[in-house]
Amino acid sequence: MTKISLCGITIDNPVIPASGAFGYGREFAELYDINILGTFSFKGTTLEPRFGNETPRIAECNCGMLNSVGLQNPGVDAVVMHELPELKKVFAKPVMANVSGFSLEEYAAVCERLDGVEQIGWLEVNISCPNVRGGGMSFGTSAKQAAAVTAAVKKVTGKPVIMKLSPNVTDITEIARACEDAGADGISLINTLIGMRIDLQRKKPVLANTFGGLSGPAVFPVALRMVYQVAHAVRIPVIGMGGVSDADGVIEMMLAGASAVEVGAANLVNPYVCRDIVKNLPAAMEKYGIENLEDIVGIA
Amino acid sequence: MKQALYEITSNRRIADAVYEIKLRGDVTEIKIPGQFVNLKIDGLYLRRPISVCDISGDCLTLIYKAIGKGTFQLSEMTAGQTVDVLSGLGNGYDLSVSGIKPLLIGGGVGVPPLYWLAKRLVEDGNSVTAVLGFNSAKDVFYGDEFRSLGVETRITTADGSYGVKGFVTDALPEFYTHFYACGPEPMLKAVYRNTFTSGQFSFEERMGCGFGACMGCSCRTVTGYKRICKDGPVLKKEEILW
Repeated sequence: MTKISLCGITIDNPVIPASGAFGYGREFAELYDINILGTFSFKGTTLEPRFGNETPRIAECNCGMLNSVGLQNPGVDAVVMHELPELKKVFAKPVMANVSGFSLEEYAAVCERLDGVEQIGWLEVNISCPNVRGGGMSFGTSAKQAAAVTAAVKKVTGKPVIMKLSPNVTDITEIARACEDAGADGISLINTLIGMRIDLQRKKPVLANTFGGLSGPAVFPVALRMVYQVAHAVRIPVIGMGGVSDADGVIEMMLAGASAVEVGAANLVNPYVCRDIVKNLPAAMEKYGIENLEDIVGIA
Repeated sequence: MKQALYEITSNRRIADAVYEIKLRGDVTEIKIPGQFVNLKIDGLYLRRPISVCDISGDCLTLIYKAIGKGTFQLSEMTAGQTVDVLSGLGNGYDLSVSGIKPLLIGGGVGVPPLYWLAKRLVEDGNSVTAVLGFNSAKDVFYGDEFRSLGVETRITTADGSYGVKGFVTDALPEFYTHFYACGPEPMLKAVYRNTFTSGQFSFEERMGCGFGACMGCSCRTVTGYKRICKDGPVLKKEEILW
């Protein structure tokens, strides 16, 4: 059995394409039936439309990549009016809404706008974007601020609220506990690790934004460790992510304490990766003697 | 878009650090000149986007310059080896608006996508002119290939060591009905200023995915934000904010 329960909603499998790597689903729906996924987390959405940072926004490194997209999105109204009706044509399951903001009021306003949308199952609140100033990660690096965002969002929605945490902190368990105490229904982690590359020819940073978020297989052990720590620190469900690119990675994350697993960067290199993971999960479970995926959460 | 394994049939140097690679595979998704493919190169995380130079039967021709880790590694691959290719990416050039005397303007490794375009425009019965710019004689490639299509081909080099001395804008014909350009951004900007008809530009940007998912290669246009990889790489002259 690959079915799992995520904050009261049962999903067919724990495989969830991560926000920022899957748009609003449309590009992938052209490639395969995305209904085979547990769900997916859509592109981080803010109150107003955003262009994001200047390009180059992408750099490469050994076993991974850096991005400094900076929350490009069409704004919550366009998402509700245009993206979600389009998505409905190709995706019949509840989708996870990824939300970002630059103030408590903005987080609350976006979540309030999305609360009435039936298609949305969960709100994943991003307090960990490393690529914007004055918002995003600044809320996720202080336990007090993280709790304040959680409380502000919980006040305006009845949907499960999952707080997406930054790994760029001294003690991630402190932030996770603060979110739990403020009423969060789940925690997802990790967002990207801050990094940089320098172009040796130009002798300047590759990214226009200088720094960017590191993701891909390079971050997997760090992510796994943090998922393990957080899962031991809170009682609410944890979604693990960071460098997962195959069924083994999904199982490893679940053993560390993840109830579900998001897959990000891998989708950009192999657009079929999540389809393949879903397909390969039963064989991997059999290989490791796992009957029910839910039974292995956090047993490592 | 299609993911498939292609087999290399040849990979040879045709100018200074410039290589022509021919691959055989499922090319059914490659439909329009100006589209690109995204190659997976062993040991490197992200794919490498390269524009389609020609399609002939099930043979795909690409031309690339070995300037970084990925392209160096690609230049060392040999016939018989296989490459994982995502094909059919990008919008490509609109051929329907070419008029009877289209002009192609290419600079350096911006020249390759214009080759298949030239072939198709000639097949459609148009009288095609190509102005191809390079830095120096050692960088020049594909002049004869364009000429053998029946294209009036003018070559410029910045140092005057081959063809007309100067830039592509120094060799533009007086009359043409529409233009198609691909090359480095300073060249594209010069073309933008020195042309009098409607036209199309193909752009380059560092990409994450190459198929519109990651927003890594966005740009601002008159009609809003566009992804170079999915809404481009070809943009119309009137869309561009310069």
